[in-house]
Amino acid sequence: MSEKLLEVTHLSMRFGGLSAIEDLSFTANQREITALIGPNGAGKTTVFNCLTGFYRPSGGSLVLHRDARRFALERMADHRIAREAGVARTFQNIRLFAGMTLLENLVVAQHGELMRASRFSVAGLLGFPPYRRAEKIAVGKARDWLDRLGLTDRADMAAGGLSYGDRRRLEIARAMCTGPALLCLDEPAAGLNPHESAMLNDLLRAIRDEYRIGLLLIEHDMKVVMGISDHIVVLDHGNKIADGTPEAVRADPGVVRAYLGEPEEAGE
Amino acid sequence: MSAEPAAAAAPATNPIAPRRLAIGGILKEAFLTAIVALVLAIPLVGFRIVESGGTTGLRTRFWWVAIATGAVFAGRLALGLWRGAMPPRAVTGASWFDPVARYGRRHARLAAAAGIAVALALPALPYASRSVVDLATTVIIYVMLGWGLNVVVGLAGLLDLGYVAFYAVGAYSFALLAHDLGFTFWEALPLSGLLAATAGVLLGFPVLRLRGDYLAIVTLGFGEIIHILLLNWTSLTYGPNGIGDIPRPGLFGLVFERRAPPGFTTFHDFLGVPFNPSQRIDFLYYLVLALALIVNLFTLRLRRLPIGRAWEALREDEIACRALGINPVNVKLSAFGIGAMLGGFAGAFFATRQGFISPESFTFTESATILAIVVLGGMGSQMGVVLAALLLVVLPELGRGFAEFRMLIFGAAMVGIMVWRPQGLLARREPSLRLHPRGDGP
Repeated sequence: MSEKLLEVTHLSMRFGGLSAIEDLSFTANQREITALIGPNGAGKTTVFNCLTGFYRPSGGSLVLHRDARRFALERMADHRIAREAGVARTFQNIRLFAGMTLLENLVVAQHGELMRASRFSVAGLLGFPPYRRAEKIAVGKARDWLDRLGLTDRADMAAGGLSYGDRRRLEIARAMCTGPALLCLDEPAAGLNPHESAMLNDLLRAIRDEYRIGLLLIEHDMKVVMGISDHIVVLDHGNKIADGTPEAVRADPGVVRAYLGEPEEAGE
Repeated sequence: MSAEPAAAAAPATNPIAPRRLAIGGILKEAFLTAIVALVLAIPLVGFRIVESGGTTGLRTRFWWVAIATGAVFAGRLALGLWRGAMPPRAVTGASWFDPVARYGRRHARLAAAAGIAVALALPALPYASRSVVDLATTVIIYVMLGWGLNVVVGLAGLLDLGYVAFYAVGAYSFALLAHDLGFTFWEALPLSGLLAATAGVLLGFPVLRLRGDYLAIVTLGFGEIIHILLLNWTSLTYGPNGIGDIPRPGLFGLVFERRAPPGFTTFHDFLGVPFNPSQRIDFLYYLVLALALIVNLFTLRLRRLPIGRAWEALREDEIACRALGINPVNVKLSAFGIGAMLGGFAGAFFATRQGFISPESFTFTESATILAIVVLGGMGSQMGVVLAALLLVVLPELGRGFAEFRMLIFGAAMVGIMVWRPQGLLARREPSLRLHPRGDGP
């Protein structure tokens, strides 16, 4: 029933002498929310940066399956990973285009399709109908997302003026506008109040069920993680210490030790 | 009637009443400022070196110190009183004079239309002498340069301090194509734009990974390299002697000369009007104006296309662009290329207008002036560039009467404008596309 979407095998990432990830292997399935958790400095964001091409891994492979095609992410440039393999991401410190409007943020995310429709600007400059149609479709898609977030009224305002929670949600919508196969969210619930956090949970579940894509999530908020994840991978000091369903992970003594910081055994 | 004295007695409780002037505070502030002025004035104006009969002596001028201190005290006091009397500033952050916010988009359109109308009618206006039309041509050349640099700096956010290089490439391409290879104006113009665009892309490659200060320094170097190349590659560029005899543009084979070269017809013969040298100047003016309007449409349109939005997105956040599948290499190269092409067109017009070019015209000062036009106008604003170009080209001309104070006044005006409007003259950004038509919704 669950098809593999992302296969990470023997991934390692070293920065000089520092080993951020060592021999990490896990899989994320299609139509599932996979959470990547672990204490601070466990290497979660490094996994994301390897996955989205911002870092080149020191070893191992990252394979993404999309439409019966197989993408070796470790060998692709970041923008190609986003456009061809369909890996979209959000950032721990929100990276919206603050000076541009909400609508523009969502339309920029559809750059690839629009650029093709504008025939690399030539047809767009002349205002040919196929480009106008493509633009209309892109705006329509953006509008659907704004409707869903309840931000339609503010579509023409600068994105930098939004509240923190809205900025987080807009960034997710922007990532979704790229039409991804895998959506990677780096601490989407950070800094949200309980109400906003609950809204986020609903949004993420809706994305999984409606768009039928896989989500990979880094999160510290255990309420969010336990509430929506189908599958949890626990990292500590660059190693995987647990992998399984929320219930299994919650019961795992190694996870409890890593989180509660029980005294480590002598000699370690 | 009995309410009046009560209200007067308790002004502080009434929020609408003007704030009471805190005379004591203002006096104290003025006094402190005067002390600072006194401390500064004693060494600066208090002493004077005098030479008398071979010996150098020091003479005191404490009277001057007293005047300076008194003036600072009075000035500070007046400023404090004036500020106290002014209503408190609204916290909206809007400037007290923001033409676009105040008069709205429709009026801005009207202003643009009026500007174009004046520009079209300019040669026919009563005060329009040859020199006025010539000056207007210069203004338009700078407007085009400003629009070109605006693509690179204002939209794509790539700080380019060597923009004059593309201006030079355009001008020299035009001059050499026309002078050495015998191309006509209409053949050489697109080619010089193309060559400048090529230079822009070539510069783009090595600086792809650079941003901000580092990019500024590399582009500064590129500008100098082109300048030095023009000076020293004498076999191609004729070095410091420059290139003369650059042909003037014709109109459908008609030439603007007193006597036609063999095989050509002159414009005045064709129309049957007497020859007037201003015909050529007016024609060139209209030509530059037409191209400028095309360039304006072109850049406005580009801004609304995915490529223009990608430029702005790149300015805002390059990492986010990459995460959205935008290839920053293409975005940067297209910005450099298109910016350089517009600079190249401006260069070609400069060459044909002057009839003579030399490396002297393409120094760093030009780059700085063009950048000043973009920054002063408001980054990314087309109309702002026009206003700033007008200001920066016309102001020094008007100031000729002030002789040596000209540049001083010019500098002071620039400082004043940047203090008054740090965002540039017209800084408001119009979205590249809207969901709600303007005026609808918040």
